[in-house]
Amino acid sequence: MPQPEVSGRPPAMLETHLIGDPVTVTADAPAIAAPRRRRQRRTARKAALGIAGILGFLVTWQLLPALGLVDPRFFPTATETLTQLGQETRDLEFWRNVGRTMTAWGIGLLIATVLASVLGTVIGLVPFLRRATHTTVEFLRPIPSVALIPLAVLMYGYQLQAALIIIVFASFWQIFIQVLYGVADVDAVARDTARSFGLSRGSRVVNLVLPTALPYLMTGLRLAAAVALILAITAEMFIGNPGLGREIVFAQSAGNWPTVYALVIVTGLLGLLINMVFRAIERRTLSWHQSVRGEDVL
Amino acid sequence: MPDTLLTVQSLKKVYEASTGVVEAVGDISFEMKRGELVCIVGPSGCGKTTLLKCIAGLLRPTAGTIDLNGNRVTSPPPNMALVFQEYGRSLFPWLTVRGNVELPLRHKTLSRAERDRLVDDALVAVGLDHAHKSYPWQLSGGMQQRVAIARAVAYQPEVLIMDEPFAAVDAQTRADLEDLVRALHLDRGMSILFVTHDIDESVYLGERVVVLSKSPTWVQEDLAIDLSAERDQITTRALPRFTELRTHVYEQIQRAKRGEAVRPSA
Amino acid sequence: MTLYTSTVITPQRRSRVWSKIGENTAYALGLPVLLVVIWGIWATLAPAQFFPSPTELVEAFIDTWIGPAFFTDVLPSLGRLAIGIVLSVLIGIVAGTLIGLNRWLRELLEPMLEFFRAVPPPVLLPIAVVLMGPTDAMKIVVIVIGSLWPVLLNTIEGVRSTDSVMTETARSFAVTSMERLRFLVLPAASPRIMAGVRQSLSIALILMVISELGYSSSGLGFQIVYFQRNYLIAEMWSGIVLLGLVGVLLAAIFTLVERRVLRWYHGIKEVERA
Repeated sequence: MPQPEVSGRPPAMLETHLIGDPVTVTADAPAIAAPRRRRQRRTARKAALGIAGILGFLVTWQLLPALGLVDPRFFPTATETLTQLGQETRDLEFWRNVGRTMTAWGIGLLIATVLASVLGTVIGLVPFLRRATHTTVEFLRPIPSVALIPLAVLMYGYQLQAALIIIVFASFWQIFIQVLYGVADVDAVARDTARSFGLSRGSRVVNLVLPTALPYLMTGLRLAAAVALILAITAEMFIGNPGLGREIVFAQSAGNWPTVYALVIVTGLLGLLINMVFRAIERRTLSWHQSVRGEDVL
Repeated sequence: MPDTLLTVQSLKKVYEASTGVVEAVGDISFEMKRGELVCIVGPSGCGKTTLLKCIAGLLRPTAGTIDLNGNRVTSPPPNMALVFQEYGRSLFPWLTVRGNVELPLRHKTLSRAERDRLVDDALVAVGLDHAHKSYPWQLSGGMQQRVAIARAVAYQPEVLIMDEPFAAVDAQTRADLEDLVRALHLDRGMSILFVTHDIDESVYLGERVVVLSKSPTWVQEDLAIDLSAERDQITTRALPRFTELRTHVYEQIQRAKRGEAVRPSA
Repeated sequence: MTLYTSTVITPQRRSRVWSKIGENTAYALGLPVLLVVIWGIWATLAPAQFFPSPTELVEAFIDTWIGPAFFTDVLPSLGRLAIGIVLSVLIGIVAGTLIGLNRWLRELLEPMLEFFRAVPPPVLLPIAVVLMGPTDAMKIVVIVIGSLWPVLLNTIEGVRSTDSVMTETARSFAVTSMERLRFLVLPAASPRIMAGVRQSLSIALILMVISELGYSSSGLGFQIVYFQRNYLIAEMWSGIVLLGLVGVLLAAIFTLVERRVLRWYHGIKEVERA
């Protein structure tokens, strides 16, 4: 059977790989391993091209405002922006803002993880609950959590709690859905084996269900981590609690464009970092499991 | 038209794996005449699949040449069709049976009617005309392999290459498919190159059996099968001559595995 | 639906069919109805400042959205969303295919693409507003740029990882490049591409709302904020519910399309599971 590395139940969804991930056989590769020299050359070439791409981007960025092709007032050059970025890193307030954003992210992610794991496990294990909650879940899930921003502001003003409502609501679903499917994905043959050997229900949960669900949980965690960052920053931008998002809005209204772009780059780097860390964690727990879990975002 | 269809001359294929240099194919030479059914057997890991991929133009040999119809093979030649072992990964699951069989014909300059005729003809030949609207994954393994065979047949190749096509199929179905291959060979005069690890199958099917040594592979023996052209699963396999031949091939393979066979000096 | 089956299937008795339908409906509606009832009772007994009762909500919903507001706010928002989605999917698939098939192009662009994808889309908004003004075009551009990445990256990944046996099959039959693209590469990549589209939809919806929260004078998001600022609680909630309905509708449409496009894929999964 064809195998586009796919998961089972969560709407059979697939992942994009980060650079450096193990690559499946490509359409353009010969069907056998290349000689070692060629392989080394290939990795070197890949790195060189990647760096060339980054450089090309930076050069274009530098030239566009410098040559006046875009308005340099709103579009500072790469050097200006990167210099500003360097200055930011020397500013203590900058790091405090990073800390604030990451705190909101961290707390929101933690709450969502705990809630989703518990609820997901309980509901996933009891078929009646699964069926009963199905329509409610399918209705609540697609609600964009940003729709709750006005409500959050009403209830908590411009504080962290308002941001947390948004962050938790969105992150919750990522993990919940994954855990739900993970708990249900126990291999039927394994389950029958456990039952025939007389394992108690509790023992089955610990030895069979939880290990099966763990990779799903890790995938959910990775997805939720990315979502949580996006919403943490969004909350700061639109609710106004302190953090990187709010700084971006301030800088923009003050017309301080190098700072705006510098901070945008910082958010991108944060996103990359979070993605890499959680992907590594996920891969560790997935190492014994052949297929890659599915994904569903936001 | 010349009688010799395929000439493999001193074929050698070496590649580097992470563990070191692997000489998959050492020195293979043999010829195949038009209209022959030649079976290739050998111990596991002797590079049968590598050999086939070189012949099919999917791999470039390290040394040696392959000539099809007098033309050097450097890339997949247009008059050759392949049937793989992994039918599940070779048939396209988003196309129906008909769609799969039709696909290779699309780029041939044929009228719609002509193409349909070829497709229908091939499906009837493999016994799947009733299933042409189904998808491959709706069919059993044996039927899927029939679709792959139909696809090759409809393409009207000069030579049909089959790489252990029945290895992943159950024994009863395998018997049916073997008879199908013989029927295609006899009724249509198709030239078939058939790789298998199943010794009985190679003797039952082939007019010649080429026995390969173990790695680095060379042709250990080129055996002519002098059974009659009309073969039958029950009677042919019960013939004393069949038993002699299969025992002989079996012994050769055992020698190959033990590395006892001596390579004739080049 | 395998042809290769020897089991006999007898049709169910009519009474069983009806009771099955009844059972399914009960499960589907049970919890929601229960929740609404509890909500109604709670609202009557202890009315909360920021949470209207069900009846208030329904009334507000009808008053607000069934009328001119539908045409001045809802439809334009949905229109921008639709255009944004269509554009981002198209660009994503076309660019993704080109990049995915060209190894050197892919290796050149990959680091930058990964970075762009990691940037949270909402931060583009303040930049876009200043560059393009609070126009429709700006909102669509934001939606497109923000929701492009999942489709683009998934297409690249799907296109480059075509099964090697299928590719060899196509090559051995001398299938032309265009035919390979149309009959092998793209269909094989379609499960991955649809996964990317699903993610793009979520992001597009978020960006549609956000693009109207601060930088707009009309639209669904704008209205919700307006109600919030003016303490029109029930109306605000009705807007949230409407957004939820839009989200559900989007998900439903996607599921329909996906099931059609990936019919073969779901078929295989069913057979494997059986």
